[in-house]
Amino acid sequence: MKQLFLGLAAGLMMTTAQAEPTATGDLGLVIERAQGSVLLVDQSDRAALARIEGLGDLSHASLVYSPDERFAYVFGRDGGLTKVDIVTRQIVNRVVQAGNAIGGAISDDGRLVAVSNYEPGGVRVFDAETLEMVADIPTDSKTIGLVDAPGRRFVFTMWDTGETWIADFAKGNPAITKVPDMGKNPYDALITANGRTYITGLFGEDGLTALDLWAETPEPIRVLPDYGRGQEEMPVYKMPHLEGWALTGREFVLPAVGHHEVLWIDADTLTETGRTKTHGQPVFAMARPDGRQVWVNFAHPLNDTIQVIDSVTKDIIHEFKPGPAVLHMEFTPRGHEVWISVRDANKVMVYDTQTFEKLREIEADSPSGIFFTARAHRTGL
Amino acid sequence: MASLTHRHLGLRGPSPAAGAGWAARTILTTAVLVATSAFAADTLDPNALKRLVHQDCGSCHGLSLKGGLGPDLRAETLDHYDPEVLTGVILDGIPDTAMPPWRPLISEEEAEWIARYLLDTEAR
Repeated sequence: MKQLFLGLAAGLMMTTAQAEPTATGDLGLVIERAQGSVLLVDQSDRAALARIEGLGDLSHASLVYSPDERFAYVFGRDGGLTKVDIVTRQIVNRVVQAGNAIGGAISDDGRLVAVSNYEPGGVRVFDAETLEMVADIPTDSKTIGLVDAPGRRFVFTMWDTGETWIADFAKGNPAITKVPDMGKNPYDALITANGRTYITGLFGEDGLTALDLWAETPEPIRVLPDYGRGQEEMPVYKMPHLEGWALTGREFVLPAVGHHEVLWIDADTLTETGRTKTHGQPVFAMARPDGRQVWVNFAHPLNDTIQVIDSVTKDIIHEFKPGPAVLHMEFTPRGHEVWISVRDANKVMVYDTQTFEKLREIEADSPSGIFFTARAHRTGL
Repeated sequence: MASLTHRHLGLRGPSPAAGAGWAARTILTTAVLVATSAFAADTLDPNALKRLVHQDCGSCHGLSLKGGLGPDLRAETLDHYDPEVLTGVILDGIPDTAMPPWRPLISEEEAEWIARYLLDTEAR
């Protein structure tokens, strides 16, 4: 009887605890790449709240959030797609949908989750509720640069064949538009926040290629086709990422490939407006949400350093070394702080973006990507 | 040369993540390598080189070397290559592909160690 009573009491306490509402708007997840776990963090408290384990190989992982900021869909290197409930702090579903995956996206209505795969090359699309596959789109190529676009569309690009495909799910079965001749070996792509411009970076040739998704028939638009001409290419020890694209006022800033610089491009005309020499091969060039600063990290072996560029003067205004293997940066939604993962220090470091003062170090196991829930409401993230 | 190598690789002694089993295998691997390559073994840091292979080669080939943008590097996939061929690819890259030359960052001895490590099914 006593046991029954205790059991009931415990049950009631649990119910009470769960009834306490959990606001997720200032939460986030940090990928812990070595152990296959994610760390739930609280932006306002600058603290880790919980570790959620069992997500497989997260050596190159990213995630997207459901529109209600409750669920994260984590895309692992091993093809795992894991749905994590950040309110109950547990995995609610997991499928291994391919042998080797690179990234994912969630549709504008939050109903579809798409994953781009290296092996087998292509995109697979899942019901966000159940993780049941609703479409399989083989591309015969390693598939990169998968983003969501308005109108229940996904856009993605092929490393081997240089095509971009637009898969339109507005009417259920996807209608696919293929755009050939995007360029040689596209390595990543981005979409602007308004969902209009898709830009893919090229490894196999100079420059980038843009698509105007508002056009009736989107055609490849060459951007900076000559930017590296006449200069010797430097070895690229890590491919840049374009996902953390940066729009500063009227310009994009993007990492160059094989050149130690970032490129400034007029967002309307897609012509070059400047270059800033950097410490090494940039990996991420990310604008603070207000666009006033751009923070850049670098490929091996210069990956202990961050440079901060003023977007008005295009000059480097600050340089520092957070520690060994700086892999990712994530700004708070209004940009007052930035969280930086320093893999080989096993720490996430939080900095004030005005004073550059370090505010906190948070223990994390080989941290890589940092993802705040505010991403739930942005196209392309 | 040794100091240059060390600076490039950022060697800071044994990785804190290395456990006892890992260390035992390291010693075994090192012993095999010492037996097969007489030179410069004292300047090589197997833990740092393993870290380089999995973390930095892993940027393209995957942390577990199963492949990514770059091909699968598991021993069973590579076993038809001579270590000399792999050493050459590591040092000089493959033109017109994403494989960069690592010669600016590592020594020939280190490249040879990596080639043998990749081919050694027991090493991992």
